[in-house]
Amino acid sequence: MALGFVPYLTLALFLGPVAAGLVFTLLPSFGYLPALGETQIGLRIFARLFDQPGLASSVALTLGTGFAASLVSLGLALGFCAAAHGRPIFRSAERLLAPLLATPHAAIALGFAFLIAPSGWLVRLVSPEFTGWTRPPDFASVGDAAGVALVLGLVLKEAPYLLLMAVAAHGQIAATATMATARTLGYSPFAAWLKAILPQLYPQIRLPIYAVLAFSLSAVDVALILGPSNPPPLAVLAVRWANDPLLDLFLPAMAAASLQLLLVAVAIGIWRLGEASVARVARPWLADGTRGRALERVAPVARAALLAVAAINAVCIAAMALWSVAAAWRFPHALPERWSFDNWMRAASRLAEPALTTLSVAAAVTLAALVLVCLCLENESRRQRAAGPSALWALYLPLLVPQISFLLGAQSLLVRLGWDGTWGALVWFHLLFVLPYVFLVLADPWRALDPRYAKLAACLGAAPWRVFFAVRLPLLLRPLLVAAAVGFAVSIGLYLPTVLGGGGRLTSLATEAVSLASGGDRRIVGVYAFLQALLPLLAFGLALAIPAFAFRNRRGLR
Amino acid sequence: MSGLVFEHVRLAAGARVLVADFSLALAPGEIATVMGASGSGKSSLLAYACGTLAPGLAASGSVRLDGIEISGLPPERRRIGILFQDDLLFPHLSVGANLGFGLRADVKDRRARIDQALEAAGLAGFAARDPATLSGGQRQRVALMRALLAEPAAILLDEPFGKLDADLRAQMRDFVFAHVRERKLPCLMVTHDSQDAAAAGGVVRTL
Repeated sequence: MALGFVPYLTLALFLGPVAAGLVFTLLPSFGYLPALGETQIGLRIFARLFDQPGLASSVALTLGTGFAASLVSLGLALGFCAAAHGRPIFRSAERLLAPLLATPHAAIALGFAFLIAPSGWLVRLVSPEFTGWTRPPDFASVGDAAGVALVLGLVLKEAPYLLLMAVAAHGQIAATATMATARTLGYSPFAAWLKAILPQLYPQIRLPIYAVLAFSLSAVDVALILGPSNPPPLAVLAVRWANDPLLDLFLPAMAAASLQLLLVAVAIGIWRLGEASVARVARPWLADGTRGRALERVAPVARAALLAVAAINAVCIAAMALWSVAAAWRFPHALPERWSFDNWMRAASRLAEPALTTLSVAAAVTLAALVLVCLCLENESRRQRAAGPSALWALYLPLLVPQISFLLGAQSLLVRLGWDGTWGALVWFHLLFVLPYVFLVLADPWRALDPRYAKLAACLGAAPWRVFFAVRLPLLLRPLLVAAAVGFAVSIGLYLPTVLGGGGRLTSLATEAVSLASGGDRRIVGVYAFLQALLPLLAFGLALAIPAFAFRNRRGLR
Repeated sequence: MSGLVFEHVRLAAGARVLVADFSLALAPGEIATVMGASGSGKSSLLAYACGTLAPGLAASGSVRLDGIEISGLPPERRRIGILFQDDLLFPHLSVGANLGFGLRADVKDRRARIDQALEAAGLAGFAARDPATLSGGQRQRVALMRALLAEPAAILLDEPFGKLDADLRAQMRDFVFAHVRERKLPCLMVTHDSQDAAAAGGVVRTL
């Protein structure tokens, strides 16, 4: 069977909905939606959008929190690389951080909300002994108007993500040799990394950085849990209006989604200019001969900062786990007063359906993505030519375009086709976000596999499909399962695609956890959030355990 | 005519000609040597013969095996075995399963054939072993046996002794050549070691 069509099929499957979704978001924004009697192309919908109260502050909040979260995350990730490169902690960073990344945004945000709330864990730890508070104090730490809690919540997930991307990118430049050279020339490790590694490394992680920026500017789930509600960031506003039972605000919602696209595009442009200016200012410094020994004093702080982020992530999950088994946990007790599994029992009947949807969609989309990605890569292997950089940009497209900007349009298209709220539509929506990650995880190990194994197998008389199944797939079992676990984790964490793809009929652990968050029963929220965090961890556990068992007598694959 | 025959083979990477005009006829059991500096296209010549040439290279000419033109066939239909400098035993399979991979599917008595091959390699009882636990020389012997179990009609050697130290090198050379001659296989070897060429005792070409 010729595989030449597979890359095109894959691109069509996941770029088709993005393109169609964008068109069906942009058309109504510019006044074309015959279903609502609007056929006159013009800017009046945008005029209505800008007339909405609080829009300007919503846009300012979006830009402010988006840039702040991205800058802080990048600073933490790069600072850690500079401070820890060559140390044991740097080598184990990949192993330590992978489980953090698997944890869904919503679960972390819910845990963090409990941590910093006036009635939350931090206050409880010091109350009433040090504060005298026997009742929760009155301050707004979650949902503060400036969006500080939102920024911190985003940083918790994004700093580890960028760090993992940076660690992986070290393999693509001669990092160890470069560091050794710079240090024998008398540079302190921190300065050696900044001057010799960062300029080579940055281009390798540019796309993930832009993806982080786009996500920070448009995240809905984290903003619903930790962000201010009046006015909220633009993407939240768009979802709120689009789901309004009165259709009055439907067109402004579309315009808001289009404006969101513009914001992200402008923000990436501004970031690009920022990169150029930093490079220009820093270039003389690179070769001015200063060895930067004073910089070394920053290193312990930079290491501690990132470790603190990792620790807070763990604490957030632990908080949700505790709540899920707490029978009573009143303020200001630092630990539950009574324990029980009643919460799980009570939640079980309501939990079953969203849990089943979550699992079945995650399993189906992971399988579909794996098959497509394996066939694309097998096609590459047979043609002995890797896809070019334009393919990488295409893969990143669903991660760079704000979700709301194409998902609203795609959803209205689903409604028109009568497919909204179906399981298949939900899987397809998820595929748009799962496929890129599965590809990014699998492509490097696949391309790094010694091509002579396949050639030799062919010379031994094995036909191409036998080479695929008997040689290539078993040799790649470990990265295949890691890619599957990543895909599974991404699907479990997806919020907005589930809200819009599920059409209100299908719910998942992510959508239920977020909608319960405002309800206030932390015990039930704990059950949903902890289960949502647990499933990806189980998947990663399996992804490590299966090859370890299968290859227990194969030293060459350990 | 039986044997492996190259006629007017030309290999080029864009404007750079790697092999200008290579012709050579190898009788069954004959071991010929191609020598040349690295980058001279020696390995590409072997890749061309077994059908695994990189797509960036343009090739013309003819390769016939036992009178049949094979240059248009996919590698798995050419019946040409190859040994590389690295043994390339599949790390996910046991030693015995690596040999089984070489055996054709319709061969009966697989277990006995594999044991025979292991015995011929001086590795009797190694079938269940993890290839990663074998020494370099042992692995290379298994690799040769795997290639021979596929019943090739010709064999190519791509610097197969390059990674072995001097003692082992001579032993391994004798072992490989003995098996090649016993089965009367035409054999083309690529090397940059003149001792390999001398031991082969056949035609020597320089690229």
